[in-house]
Amino acid sequence: MYTQALNAPQSDERHLEDADKSARFEARVANEQRIEPNDWMPAAYRKTLTRQISQHAHSEIVGMLPEGNWITRAPTLRRKAALLAKVQDECGHGLYLYAAAETLGSSREELVDQLLGGKAKYSSIFNYPTLTWADIGAIGWLVDGAAIMNQIPLCRCSYGPYARAMIRVCKEESFHQRQGYEIMVTLSRGTDEQKAMAQDALNRWWWPCLMMFGPPDQQSQHGNQSTRWKIKRFSNDELRQKFVDATVPQARYLGLTMPDPELRFNDATQHWDFGAIDWQEFADVLAGFGPCNRDRMAARRKAHDDGAWVREAAQAYADKERARRAADNAVAA
Amino acid sequence: MSEPNSQLWEVFIRSRNGLAHKHAGSLHAADSTLALQAARDVYTRRGEGLSIWVVPSNAITASDPAEAGMMFEPAQSKIYRHPTFYDVPDEVGHM
Repeated sequence: MYTQALNAPQSDERHLEDADKSARFEARVANEQRIEPNDWMPAAYRKTLTRQISQHAHSEIVGMLPEGNWITRAPTLRRKAALLAKVQDECGHGLYLYAAAETLGSSREELVDQLLGGKAKYSSIFNYPTLTWADIGAIGWLVDGAAIMNQIPLCRCSYGPYARAMIRVCKEESFHQRQGYEIMVTLSRGTDEQKAMAQDALNRWWWPCLMMFGPPDQQSQHGNQSTRWKIKRFSNDELRQKFVDATVPQARYLGLTMPDPELRFNDATQHWDFGAIDWQEFADVLAGFGPCNRDRMAARRKAHDDGAWVREAAQAYADKERARRAADNAVAA
Repeated sequence: MSEPNSQLWEVFIRSRNGLAHKHAGSLHAADSTLALQAARDVYTRRGEGLSIWVVPSNAITASDPAEAGMMFEPAQSKIYRHPTFYDVPDEVGHM
């Protein structure tokens, strides 16, 4: 995913929509060809992807916080090592995605500023707290399960760098879901208290996970255009249904009950019908009023500020070394 | 709040199976030592490689996609460069 340093400054030219170029672009996308960083693309395509990929990156980075909360309190060394590796992966995924977003012409610093300044969004799910160890199981099983459902079709996204980043992410992500489910299996076979803890985590995470797929299709703002551009392969509701269908049997195996009295198998459609989602809660969390929004942003800003001296020192050292080499070369010449 | 943009590096990794270094992705770092360390952490968490190259992105000269037609067309029309262009009698067997 070579990035903006390779993109020669194209001045304002790239914002000028050219009917001819636009037709060629649409034809390439329709033909399932990948669009690469230096290819011409409509300004709206660039903007949509920059928004989507950078928000995806922000989500990976903020997503380290709820799980990081339990690293020091993991019940065994095995669980601790796995959780640490998982959180490191989330960081790596954020970095792959930032690099992919940068190929569209925004700098890393701009993207990070958008997150820290509260201008960019991240997945609503990370604004919920991790109250018990069972939440780590529920996050791996459900949150990562939902994320995989969303990300697998993105491996075929029309934008090359995003598709390549997603292939890498999906390969690594499957361990995340399995480690989460393993925690849930252990708890649900444990004492009554452990089983109750697993049930409580499922009760709290189930509905927010269904919201992760975004608003219902009739209300989705970005859906149609993204589908036409082959950024999105399935609608929000299609993916949500797939997730419910895949997850309900897994919950049954655990002997846990989904917190939805309306959940039942529909023989006609061969899908699980589920109850109404509280979209007001989703809107509130996105608007900044979820249980942990302020905590998450405060933690990110603190990490960024606390790391400033490291970035400055590394840069100062690099500059000094460069100056020293230049001086040596001047003497040699 | 805004800081100067840091240097971008392209990362190439040679896997254990002896193939050539292959582009893995990019990252930001102040100098080549830090770039190598970051590349190790970001791109080889699962034993992906035995050797890493990091190259400043702005040191790469890339071909222009707008000229891809002119650049690669000559290779398209020369099918006699491929072994399947030539007829070898069946009796001769695999060659």
